[in-house]
Amino acid sequence: MHVGILYSRIRRDEKLLLSELRNRGHDVEKIDVRKQQFSLDGTTADISNLDLVVDRCLATSRSLYATEFLESYGATVINSPKTADICADKAKNSLALANAGVPTPATKVAFTTDAALEAIESFGYPCVLKPVVGSWGRLMAKIDSRNAAEAILEHKATLGHYEHKVFYVQEFVAKPGRDIRVLATDGEPIAAMTRSSDHWLTNAAKGGKTAAFELDETALELVKKASDAVGGGLLGVDLMEVGGAGSGEYTVHEVNHTVEFKALNEATPVDVPAKVVDWMEAKAAETSDEKAEAPAI
Amino acid sequence: MTEAECVECGAELSLHDDLEAGEIIDCGTCGAELEVIDTEPPVLDRAPELEEDWGE
Repeated sequence: MHVGILYSRIRRDEKLLLSELRNRGHDVEKIDVRKQQFSLDGTTADISNLDLVVDRCLATSRSLYATEFLESYGATVINSPKTADICADKAKNSLALANAGVPTPATKVAFTTDAALEAIESFGYPCVLKPVVGSWGRLMAKIDSRNAAEAILEHKATLGHYEHKVFYVQEFVAKPGRDIRVLATDGEPIAAMTRSSDHWLTNAAKGGKTAAFELDETALELVKKASDAVGGGLLGVDLMEVGGAGSGEYTVHEVNHTVEFKALNEATPVDVPAKVVDWMEAKAAETSDEKAEAPAI
Repeated sequence: MTEAECVECGAELSLHDDLEAGEIIDCGTCGAELEVIDTEPPVLDRAPELEEDWGE
């Protein structure tokens, strides 16, 4: 298989992926999106012989546009621009999950500080204010009082760019000191882990401690539904346990589309890059069959 | 293992054999984050600053 990797930074995740692909004898075309141009009918990137393009862009803006352009040229892109569009934006993410009947934290979006303050007061304290675009737990605010709410909203309105004027307010979920990250391909889990911390943010990027986690039937079903809700692909589905650790009741707070998996590879006995490449090979074969079956024009 | 010079402080850096263009390495002397621009021969530059939309 001939695989294109869209990137602007090679993290350990990409190194794991590159190593697995090359060890299996696949041809890899690394495409640094910072060096390319994308016009309406083609790109400076060499994509002519690619069976599959894998989006591993670190910057969400680049991920969104690059995948959109590449798909328009007829390339098979994972994850698709549709999935990227939903997952890159927390508001769209929440809507997709809710519309698919996946339990997700109660969320309100408001466009002015007054309306946002009303939304915050309606949830009561604590509640959570998040940027609609962002990752690794950055710029997340757990709001404990009206004074804090007023100050944070004023800061965001004054200092932030336009996306910070979309106020994404969410109920605070009292998780049991941990949340759950599931790496899944088209809704099929590859591996899962908990991320634990004394801090309310448990992201691995924030130093959360990781441990393997076994998914029960309810979680398996939610992962599949959440994946379908955003269009499928290679995804990181984040769940919180409602009602305590091991309660078997969950809420899905987010689905990530350029998911990092190095922590999962270390926390679980699963060979994560191998499983990811297995899935890519199946995808490439599927695409090749579809192209072969398509009527000639 | 190959060597290259830190563009920030000039210290000699020992580089891994499986170096990838686009990878970020830290200078053990000054702590600067350096991007691998090329691998054969190794070329390093200061890594871009973290941007707000970076992540998963």
